[in-house]
Amino acid sequence: MNFLYDEAIDGALAPFEKADVLHDLQHNVPTLRLLHREEDLRPFECDGLAAYRVMPMLVAMPNTLDEVQALLKRCHALGVPVVTRGAGTGLSGGALPLERGVLLVMSRFQHIINIDPDARTATLQPGVRNLAISEAAAPYGLYYAPDPSSQIACSIGGNVAENAGGVHCLKYGLTVNNVMRVDVITIEGEPMTLGAEALDAPGFDLLALFNGSEGMLGVITEITVKLLPLPEVAKVLMASFDDVEKAGKAVGDIIAAGIIPGGLEMMDKLAIQAAEGFVHAGYPVEAEAILLCELDGVLADVDEGCDTVRGVLENAGATDIRLARNATERAVFWSGRKNAFPAVGRISPDYYCMDGTIPRRELPRVLNGIAELSRESGLRVANVFHAGDGNMHPLILFDANREGELALAEDVGGKILELCVAAGGSITGEHGVGREKINQMCSQFDADEITLFHALKAAFDPQRLLNPGKNIPTLARCAEFGAMHVHNNELAHPELPRF
Amino acid sequence: MTDSLTTLPDRDITTHLCEQVSHAFSRHTPLRIVGGDTRAFYGRPVNAAPLHLAEHRGIVHYDPVELVITARAGTPLEELEAVLDDNHQMLGFEPPRFGPQGTIGGAVATGLAGPRRPWAGAIRDFVLGTRVITQHGKPLRFGGEVMKNVAGYDMSRLMTGAQGTLGVLADVSLKVLPKPPAHHSLRLTLPLDEALARLAELGRRPLPITAAAWHDGELLLRLEGGNSSVAATRRELGGEPLDADFWTTLRDLRHDFFTLAPGQALWRLSLPSNTPPLALDDSHSQVLYDWAGCQRFLKTTLDGDTLRHACQAVGGHATCYTLAAQGGSDTPFTPLNPVVEKYHRRLKEQLDTRNIFNPGRLYAAL
Ligand SMILES: Cc1cc2nc3c(=O)[nH]c(=O)nc-3n(C[C@H](O)[C@H](O)[C@H](O)COP(=O)(O)OP(=O)(O)OC[C@H]3O[C@@H](n4cnc5c(N)ncnc54)[C@H](O)[C@@H]3O)c2cc1C
Repeated sequence: MNFLYDEAIDGALAPFEKADVLHDLQHNVPTLRLLHREEDLRPFECDGLAAYRVMPMLVAMPNTLDEVQALLKRCHALGVPVVTRGAGTGLSGGALPLERGVLLVMSRFQHIINIDPDARTATLQPGVRNLAISEAAAPYGLYYAPDPSSQIACSIGGNVAENAGGVHCLKYGLTVNNVMRVDVITIEGEPMTLGAEALDAPGFDLLALFNGSEGMLGVITEITVKLLPLPEVAKVLMASFDDVEKAGKAVGDIIAAGIIPGGLEMMDKLAIQAAEGFVHAGYPVEAEAILLCELDGVLADVDEGCDTVRGVLENAGATDIRLARNATERAVFWSGRKNAFPAVGRISPDYYCMDGTIPRRELPRVLNGIAELSRESGLRVANVFHAGDGNMHPLILFDANREGELALAEDVGGKILELCVAAGGSITGEHGVGREKINQMCSQFDADEITLFHALKAAFDPQRLLNPGKNIPTLARCAEFGAMHVHNNELAHPELPRF
Repeated sequence: MTDSLTTLPDRDITTHLCEQVSHAFSRHTPLRIVGGDTRAFYGRPVNAAPLHLAEHRGIVHYDPVELVITARAGTPLEELEAVLDDNHQMLGFEPPRFGPQGTIGGAVATGLAGPRRPWAGAIRDFVLGTRVITQHGKPLRFGGEVMKNVAGYDMSRLMTGAQGTLGVLADVSLKVLPKPPAHHSLRLTLPLDEALARLAELGRRPLPITAAAWHDGELLLRLEGGNSSVAATRRELGGEPLDADFWTTLRDLRHDFFTLAPGQALWRLSLPSNTPPLALDDSHSQVLYDWAGCQRFLKTTLDGDTLRHACQAVGGHATCYTLAAQGGSDTPFTPLNPVVEKYHRRLKEQLDTRNIFNPGRLYAAL
């Protein structure tokens, strides 16, 4: 799609000149580090979705919250849009800059303010890396549960803004379930605290609202997260299947047996082969699919659970089941899954990662649909996903240097997401809408729902200065590009309740 | 309300509800949204024509393998939990029941959770989707039946605990959990300070504790989980067995503790983990600790300002559970900080322009 901000469709921006804005900010926020030369701006032109690139007008790299507040107040007064950026690992172009906007980089706020082992909380600046939290908590026998695969690089502020997930979400929840409190600064430069160190706070649950708000409602400046005691033991089983559908069904069978695994991941043949070629984890390259099922907790319970899961997998027709014998082998089993994206990057010049979610029961059907789309388009698709919570990551392989292939990949991606929506799912489970899925929002939500989203946004940012053109499409955009929401009676399964 | 409501047939009256809301909107007449009317003590009284949800009832969809249940707002909580129970599943947040006619819609709208809350999460952690009737009388869907969904703003969680002040909850989808195979409850004779120290120490270990209260010189604990871990922890902790019914009476505020002496009001204090006993002049107060000390019930004659001041000083807040008419506070919820309040008002103005949804239920100005 055309990812550039289009004033005719995305909404008009106020008239201002770069030189004037630069001068104003230099004058009013004199200590603020500002980048404005092309060579300095270049490193910020994209986030983790590298196919979309835009040079920002200016980049602001504050060191203090006073600078953040002053910057927001000036931008508000001048009508200048602000795009907030954390570590820039987002996969939906949420931190994609605007040609006519300031990119506010929060990555310098890297201080771990406090770890409280008795209250089991960590208080953090927004630029702290996800993995750094668990590292700092480890000496107390504690850790921070949400673990996106990008955890060595992504920031906790970005995690909150995207409501990031990870391999352990099924059991331990997403970011929203693990954040207790955030401090934010609104576009008007007003600081406020949402949530509390207590388990609830009076008033509306604005804390939940800010989780996953993609930088549209305010800038997150401090976060308190909950820490959990490290489980006594974690064990992982790897099961091979000669048929993807059988593997998909086994996922539901495990849950039906009353087991909530710490992680339950699936990979298909193409993903297995790519991962094996990259990290040599001993994956069965002849298998059509593998499941990785991790159980954690107290040793005796975990052993009991492993026996149950083994039985379920056998009944589901697994051709081979292996239990990692020790922590080293467990790490090896996981290494293939954790490196699946870069591994696929080695077998194709480019790949496009989708993030649709579906009810688990729809796994086999949607996988078939994806295979069909792959055949039709001639583009290979590798499937790697959080099977336990129905979050698919089809990776569409293409070559951007071949005329039309990017567009074809985007087209296949869009169709995959429509498949997910029709199955009662969502266009995004953890990567966010950003700029990338702005048109697909029109297929998940109808005009009234989108209007309500805009009303909510207007409560915080009536001038639409925070991250304009992202997350929620204008109705004009839906009219132009979106296949607007199909009505219930036209759906494939009208009897299924769907949201 | 009478018990006969619990035997109503399943019905979808969305259209009828939408018409009533549209009507109220066009005439600027406020509505008092009523499910089973069991939670009126929680919040300010609303003087307005009732919008009855109790007839809008029935389980729309339940697939145990998906760990999701979708029900109409008027479905009695008891009925819904009985269906889950048949499938060895449960609502992880252990919602209180204040009478057989209490509804799932009322539970989600008020957002209250039982003793398991610190370990399993609050209602908002289990709400996956909602169908909300907006001020224009339109039933809109947010979220869904999938475990993960970050498309658009999280309307469903915003509605949870908003007490109907932003819209009418018509249907809710909730994540459910398998019931743990083993459980055991126990009591240990321990003075308060030692009990709190013990809880802090236990909390840092991966033990299968799912409820922890202190009352009258006893630390009361519930263990739930795998057979082996429950057995091992039970051996380690010792103590006397406790009847599991204790947790139900605590959850539903039916325990003897909740009987008030004349002049007393019941307050709920919500405090950060590991907060020591508050320095209150409470010679005329009695306290019960729940949620390992994060939730404390106080029967007291002390005034709201004194309590709120003490709670806020340690990062918590206080809610009055006794209606003003019965000697409680006329501002049951802790007043918001001015900036936060401003955004609450703006949100209310956006989603409920004509102030028709439960006006004043949370705060006089909302
Ligand atoms: C290899 C790879 C694997 C990944 N795996 C996962 C995964 O398993 N699970 C998952 O959920 N995601 C995953 N991601 C996506 C990404 O890492 C997450 O979305 C992450 O949360 C983004 O954090 P960030 O700091 O990089 O944010 P950015 O990319 O910088 O920003 C993301 C969004 O958050 C906003 N934002 C950032 N900081 C703030 C702030 N302080 N205040 C307000 N808004 C802010 C931005 O405006 C933008 O909309 C992966 C990415 C890569 C590259």
